Amino acid sequence: MISEKGRWSRLRLRLLFTGPTLFAFATVMIVPFLYGIYLTFTDWDGISTTSTMVGFENYASVWKDAVFWKSFYLTLKYVFISVALVNVVAFLLAYFLSSGLKGQSFFRAGFFIPNLVGGIVLGFVWQFIFSNVLVSIGQKAGISVFGTSWLADPDKAFLALIIVTVWQYAGYMMVIYVAGLMNVPKDIMEAASIDGATAFRKLRTMILPLMVPSFIVCVFLSLQRTFMVYDLNLTLTKGGPFKSTEMVSMHVYEKAFLSRDYGVGQAEALVLFLLVAGITLLQVYFSKKLEVEA
Amino acid sequence: MKRWKASMEWSKFIVLLVGLVAFVFPFILLIVNSFKENKVITASPLSLPGSFNLANYESAFTKMNYVSAFTNTVIITVLSVLLISVLAAMTAHFFVRNQSKFNQYTFFLMVAAMIIPFQAIMIPLVKVYGNLHLLDNKWTLIYMYLGFGSPLAVFIYHGFVKSIPAELEEAAMIDGCTRTQTFFRIVFPVLTPTSVTIAILNVLWIWNDFLLPSLVLTSSEQRTLPLSTFYFYGTYTVDYGPLMAGLLLTILPILVVYLFAQKFIIQGVMQGSIK
Repeated sequence: MISEKGRWSRLRLRLLFTGPTLFAFATVMIVPFLYGIYLTFTDWDGISTTSTMVGFENYASVWKDAVFWKSFYLTLKYVFISVALVNVVAFLLAYFLSSGLKGQSFFRAGFFIPNLVGGIVLGFVWQFIFSNVLVSIGQKAGISVFGTSWLADPDKAFLALIIVTVWQYAGYMMVIYVAGLMNVPKDIMEAASIDGATAFRKLRTMILPLMVPSFIVCVFLSLQRTFMVYDLNLTLTKGGPFKSTEMVSMHVYEKAFLSRDYGVGQAEALVLFLLVAGITLLQVYFSKKLEVEA
Repeated sequence: MKRWKASMEWSKFIVLLVGLVAFVFPFILLIVNSFKENKVITASPLSLPGSFNLANYESAFTKMNYVSAFTNTVIITVLSVLLISVLAAMTAHFFVRNQSKFNQYTFFLMVAAMIIPFQAIMIPLVKVYGNLHLLDNKWTLIYMYLGFGSPLAVFIYHGFVKSIPAELEEAAMIDGCTRTQTFFRIVFPVLTPTSVTIAILNVLWIWNDFLLPSLVLTSSEQRTLPLSTFYFYGTYTVDYGPLMAGLLLTILPILVVYLFAQKFIIQGVMQGSIK
């Protein structure tokens, strides 16, 4: 590689090529992240210019905040169920839509549509469906499950949140699984067919093991997105009824910006970060072990 | 055997078709109801509209301040995506071609930072930029998108720059190009497919983003489409007709783009997942 002569021209080049990105990255992500750790040790209320160090008091408050742990547990439950369902549905869609079916690219394009639209709008659309359309159908056709709005019942509202999440992300993950399926070598699949392997056997012993990298990516992405669910939560259920569907992200937002408890809110956000980081790293670590070479 | 296979194909096709209809049903419902009057919507949300009444659209259009929201969203999305694509490509290129310890650690730091959830940053972010009086300003928002978007972009570009032979660049430099010229005339054009991928992933994210703009942009004339939809919906909750029209107006631009560029968008998402 040809390199520039002179320390100054090298530095200028470095600043030109990496300066803007690294400066933005540092000032938008790293500085606030570190400053956020500092904030958890203060009692800043969001208005006053001064704040005092309070040591671990905020963390003690986090420990005692029962609503936080409730939303935390609820988020875990929501993440676990949605990630599983999103990936099963997405994989099945991808499997059926890469078997050479007529019009499969049309289908793929259709299933992807919800991902073009943000969570805010999706939440409002489904709110209308759950509290108007389904209720109207239920009352006219006499189906008692739909007789009253799902969003008014804690358990059903939670279920509604999961349904919409699966509907929203299945198409996106499907696209990634399709890419993975296309990378499964044709020749070994043909060899298996000649040896008389059934479709199910091929799926279980060859396709699934070879698809592990796609599973890693999809589970990683769906974990990240569902843990951070906010828009959808805000517009579909507003955390209700009676805070029964308030996910942790919404709780942190309300703690900080509505209750003006910035220190505690930030401490809760960091607890959330540790959990998300831990789970995603474990997930990537263990699924890497499953990878095989074709 | 052959006939059995053909009927299997058909049943698969029909199952998928039913699934697809169920999938796009919410959007159909939205379109249908956006032309109806309030009373009709609540009484029979499934019925077809009697006429193509555009009154809902007119009312949503003005109440949402659509033109301003749309313009803001376009400016923010286009500039952020351009900045992320060009600057991240430059950074990734520099990292690959100058493999010093410092660059390796910086690259690692960027990749590692990708697991930081936005919620862990938003409170201090608002405090820092609020103290500097930089909030309620779309340029700050664009700058923040560069910061949040560059790690993934640098990561993806990094993988692709490695596959470009260094000889190509050396040849250009022997012919008298500077490093900067080499990048813009040789490397960046070669990276076009990757840039398309990165642009698509970022457009999908930034166009629809809600939480960050809602924290940064506080005055109503700065609002983006998702923000104005949110406030519009909050203010007129019983006015279903205009609400449906408003939601559709928010989705429409990206649906139109998708109609023409769906092949690239799907491809972009595919490429983005396999680094």
